[in-house]
Amino acid sequence: MISRRDFLQASMAASAIVGGSGFGNWARLAAQQRLTQDQLLEFDTFGNVSLIHVTDIHAQMVPIHFREPSVNIGVGANKGVVPHVTGADFRRLYGIDDGSPSHYALSSGDFTALAEGYGRMGGLDRVATVINSIRADRPDALLLDGGDTWHGSYTCYQTAGQDMVNVMNTLKPDAMTFHWEFTLGSERMTELVEGLPFAALGQNIFDVEWDEPVDLFPPYKFFERGGVKIAVIGQAFPYMPIANPGWMFPEFSFGIRDEHMQEVVDKVRAEGAECVVLLSHNGFDVDKKMATIVTGIDVILSGHTHDALPEPVLAGGTIIVPSGSNGKFVSRVDLDIQQGRMMGFRHKLIPIFSDVISADAEVAAVIEAERAPYKAALSEVIGQTDTLLYRRGNFNGTWDDLICDALLSQRDAEIALSPGVRWGPSVIPGQDITREDIWNVTSMTYPEAYRTEMTGEFLKIVLEDVADNIFNPDPFFQQGGDMVRTGGLGYRIDIAKPQGQRISDMTLLKTGEAIDPGRAYVVAGWASVNEETEGPPIWDVVEAHIKTKGTVSLEPNNSVEIINA
Amino acid sequence: MTLTRRDVFVLGSAAFAGTALAGMPAFASATDDLIAEFTGGAEAGSGALVLTAPEIAENGNTVPIEVDAPGAVAVAIFADGNPVPAVATFNFGPLNPSRSASTRIRLAKSQNVIAVAKMEDGSFVRADAAVKVTIGGCGG
Repeated sequence: MISRRDFLQASMAASAIVGGSGFGNWARLAAQQRLTQDQLLEFDTFGNVSLIHVTDIHAQMVPIHFREPSVNIGVGANKGVVPHVTGADFRRLYGIDDGSPSHYALSSGDFTALAEGYGRMGGLDRVATVINSIRADRPDALLLDGGDTWHGSYTCYQTAGQDMVNVMNTLKPDAMTFHWEFTLGSERMTELVEGLPFAALGQNIFDVEWDEPVDLFPPYKFFERGGVKIAVIGQAFPYMPIANPGWMFPEFSFGIRDEHMQEVVDKVRAEGAECVVLLSHNGFDVDKKMATIVTGIDVILSGHTHDALPEPVLAGGTIIVPSGSNGKFVSRVDLDIQQGRMMGFRHKLIPIFSDVISADAEVAAVIEAERAPYKAALSEVIGQTDTLLYRRGNFNGTWDDLICDALLSQRDAEIALSPGVRWGPSVIPGQDITREDIWNVTSMTYPEAYRTEMTGEFLKIVLEDVADNIFNPDPFFQQGGDMVRTGGLGYRIDIAKPQGQRISDMTLLKTGEAIDPGRAYVVAGWASVNEETEGPPIWDVVEAHIKTKGTVSLEPNNSVEIINA
Repeated sequence: MTLTRRDVFVLGSAAFAGTALAGMPAFASATDDLIAEFTGGAEAGSGALVLTAPEIAENGNTVPIEVDAPGAVAVAIFADGNPVPAVATFNFGPLNPSRSASTRIRLAKSQNVIAVAKMEDGSFVRADAAVKVTIGGCGG
């Protein structure tokens, strides 16, 4: 008799072989210039159920460059374990060869050189090809969208999410959950959700007045696939009104609500669910903790923190599958469900190499139609860059260094603050910077670039508060962003300390003087969650700065000293 | 992060909470005294009392909490970081079908919410929940 745990571990090993063979082969094939679509899509159909997961697309309909982080610090029980392993350490951990396609797709290091060799990734027309291929193997595969889909580009902003809704509908998802979508505002959000031809799920989306579930967002939906009754439960981003402007969607309350999650799982199991899938926008570490608290979930399809791992992580009898961001990856998970139990699984994180996977013509035409009215604005060249522009990483990235420079010069400030969001593709040295590129890292519905005064004491409070949202050792207190980026301000951070004691040695870089707690400093920033923030939209500020510069060239930024990471 | 006076007040409180959670709650002794008063000095153990509160408050001025204590005759709620820590006491009669209650409380800053239930046999049980009040603003 084989126990469920044994089976999962056995399956885990089998999955690693599938993954491993795929990854190893890509490296060799690439060396031979023979990376093919068939290789990327190769999958031995398994069991009786297939799940397809896409998440955190951030409105990237066309292929992009996206550099994965080189700094992604784990704390508490998650120190030094995936996804908090980066660069060469990540490659050693998974047996990925340096210079291989997997190196380029999944880890940082030599990004510029590899980007030139392997080209752009993503593109929803390529994603469509992958989905169609999986559906050819398994016509009733479930397609699940983890959210952060209707946000993050010029066209998405101009159409208030309609472009993404139209393109995603052509892919025919079965269910979706949400995060940045709510920043379209309650009214627009409701309008779009009411028109969706698929389920909009969120067990943690409640009415703020009565603290009761909302009809618009049911907690779960049943699907009958391959003779198996599957419950898909949705989990929206838990900290919407804290991390994003709550005044834009005042009717809704969120939270982790793990007790309610357990009630929902128990309910669907009691109603005959043989397989329970959680479509989550919790973030990876929150999902991992939730998997150990809530029993009865077979698979968590994990979004929000933008992690891409070549193998699922096993936690408390649940497999957790994080599928990256910006359209770079599609996860396929095949399950063998027998008598209400997951007997095994097979998984592949499929990297969308846009030069290798062909575009689906029908979806390509829809994307083209959405972009056509904005073509001139999108493609206008604003400047050039000599430096790789990227955002991801727990602290500064070059895109935010550039944005902070723009704020300091255009808004005549001593200190600049840029939010630690994780979205935003990269631009390769030597490339033009177009308006589309600028909007890809700034597009949002609260873009006002404010200019205000803050005391040194208050600046420390801001840094301490944000740092605790990332480095609190309890994942349930982590909001899943990166550290607020600073311009004109240096500091030291001790990751291991509690809130209030992490930040020290704050320095005004212009003069080299220590920040005076009692002095007021002129601070410029953007993406304030407060209502009635005033200022020009950040994209105009950045565009004006780049136009002045002509060619962007950034010095390495060493203004943050990290200890006890 | 445009600053209003109210924001500054909330932020100041949040920062202060760092010390509070680290083990020096400003009003902890006042809370301990109030709990001792409620229990008559008896030790409160853990047991059939579930206190549900958000990990991070969406709005510190109105934080939803819920207590569920089968077999309780009374449940008292305290917020150990508020100037007045006593929040509410719910009394249940023998005809109450369920011994649960929910309400909203105002939290001045990050702090512990504590529920103490008096059971039918005269014993006491206790449950704690740390609730954080934060500025946020940088969700990925």
